Amino acid sequence: MTNGNSIAIRTDHVARHYHMGDATVRAVDDVSLEIRAGQFVALLGSSGSGKSTLLNLIAGLDRPTSGAIFAQDRNLAEMTPEELARHRSHTVGIVFQAFNLLPRMTLEENVELPLRLAEVDREERQSRVREAIERVRLAARLSHRPSELSGGEQQRTALARALVNRPSILLADEPTGNLDSATGDEIMNLLREINASGMTIVMVTHEQPRAERYAHRMIHMKDGKVVDNGVRA
Amino acid sequence: MKGRDLGELALRNLREAFLRNSLTTLGIAVGVASLVAMVSLGVGLQDLATDRLAHSGLFDAIFVTPKSAAANFRGGQGPIFAPPEPPRPLDEDARQKMLALPNVVEVYPDIRFPTEIHFNGNPFATMAAGVAPSARKDGAFDGMKGSFFSGPDADEAILQIDLARQLSDQPDSLIGKSVVLRYAERQPLADGSGASDGFSIVPKEKSLRIVGIVETEPAGGVGSLGRGRLLIPLQLAQTLRTAQANDLRDLLRNNPNQHTYESLTVRVNDPPKVKDVEESIKDMGFTAFSLIDASKSLSLVFTVFDLFLGIFGSLALVVASLGIVNTLVMAILERRREIGIFKALGASDRDIRRLFFVEAGAMGTLGGIIGLFIGRLIGLAINLGTNIYLKRRALPEISVTAVHWWMAGLAILFAILVSLAAGIYPASRAASLDPVEALRYE
Repeated sequence: MTNGNSIAIRTDHVARHYHMGDATVRAVDDVSLEIRAGQFVALLGSSGSGKSTLLNLIAGLDRPTSGAIFAQDRNLAEMTPEELARHRSHTVGIVFQAFNLLPRMTLEENVELPLRLAEVDREERQSRVREAIERVRLAARLSHRPSELSGGEQQRTALARALVNRPSILLADEPTGNLDSATGDEIMNLLREINASGMTIVMVTHEQPRAERYAHRMIHMKDGKVVDNGVRA
Repeated sequence: MKGRDLGELALRNLREAFLRNSLTTLGIAVGVASLVAMVSLGVGLQDLATDRLAHSGLFDAIFVTPKSAAANFRGGQGPIFAPPEPPRPLDEDARQKMLALPNVVEVYPDIRFPTEIHFNGNPFATMAAGVAPSARKDGAFDGMKGSFFSGPDADEAILQIDLARQLSDQPDSLIGKSVVLRYAERQPLADGSGASDGFSIVPKEKSLRIVGIVETEPAGGVGSLGRGRLLIPLQLAQTLRTAQANDLRDLLRNNPNQHTYESLTVRVNDPPKVKDVEESIKDMGFTAFSLIDASKSLSLVFTVFDLFLGIFGSLALVVASLGIVNTLVMAILERRREIGIFKALGASDRDIRRLFFVEAGAMGTLGGIIGLFIGRLIGLAINLGTNIYLKRRALPEISVTAVHWWMAGLAILFAILVSLAAGIYPASRAASLDPVEALRYE
């Protein structure tokens, strides 16, 4: 884990443009920002503001049209597909609004999947899966499939899956978007706990009050640009 | 991703779409079965022909005679009136040397002699021939009535059917009865000093029990095609010391009682080795002849035959491979989101490609094994049907299909390779999916 003063993520004039017919959609347009290690950052903005696209770029799921994104001092824009896969596997953990659990796998198998992909030894997997599941307090549901879990439990499973490879950055895309208010708070409390252990969290949300309650910093986006980077002088 | 994890995930995926994957696997199995059945038929027929020819004494035998003196004149290369070197005698010493050659299993003389047999007081002129014990494996003795000789020197005879018909209207009734063989025995003449300078020919008789009747004349070797009609054990024929055509040649030599053979048959353990043995015998100073070249032509014919059967058999497998492409492309559509999740969790394009390859390979392997089993069953059914037909015609059982271990291995390997080839396009397509797009897919 990086120390509190170092930069976990830095974007430098990052742009992500899409071509739709003759039109060019500037989903992310010249975004430069720094996120310190250990910060809990909320990316806020209305639908289509570019916050999820920026999160995907930081996650290494997408490549910028121009600019640079640094995570652990390495520029994601210059990485090979194999290196990006390693970045997704080892540096970041991702939580989605739709949970994205594999329905045919049990809770335990879903959480174990990133360890399989990271080629972690079988002997070590068991303990790491248990550790991640205990962290989200789901030890009693190990053999249950996603369809047998509530929305909150599914999101906690997704959280355990994101944490199991011990990343330094947790990226959450509307983690409470599919949950009721109380369950959403449970997830947010878990995120706060995780952040308290030193992990950097970047969360996309459109819920300003919740972001104010839990995040250290709020970055506002509009039309692909950062309109407020949340840094107070 | 490690191989074991890859295998586990691939099998899990195959189980999830069990019916579709089973049908695809069955398609491969049918393709492999078709290939195996076709090729096993070709190989089986080749084995049958090779085996029959090998046992016919034509393709594993070398016919050896002494070089004629005339053959030693060196036309145009030396003095016209140079005295020829005497040909090397084909005697017991030469026979033992041939027996010592690599891959030679048997060397025996061709003994045949004109004879008169007496049966029920009637004389019948015919030709008798000595039969080596190894001739028992000859195709000519398959389906014979009665039995082969009980021993290498038994006083027994096997009749060729034409001779048997001459002896009796009911040839089968001859088995167990006796015939009297009249022959000319060669006896040395002894002078007062104990040395011999000639021989006399004395008529002799020998009673033989008829033990069998054979349909066709056995070809005891290249040089003995279509000869004896009364067959007796070779060792018995040797002890009879019947007068042979070469006895006159022996008489003209310094030592007329040094017995030589008119010809020898050399049997080799494997037809492809015949050529080498034949050359060695020629180097020893004898004339040698075999039918190995005809065997090579036969092999060529069967190789082409097998090739075409293999091509026709493979067509079904090629069609089955399209089933794999279809199944895996469908799987990409169904698992689009899953592929996105895998990539989000750290799977590389290579991992996704390998996962689809393993799934294709697993279907190919399983299909290959099942297909091999079905193909063998088809082969056994062909054998069964053929033998029922042959049995009705009172012919011996044969095997017209054969699955060799190499064929089984190649069939499975071929199924895997075809499956992997079929998996190239779907695997590449799955690997190249954009994870963001894939995660949006509903």
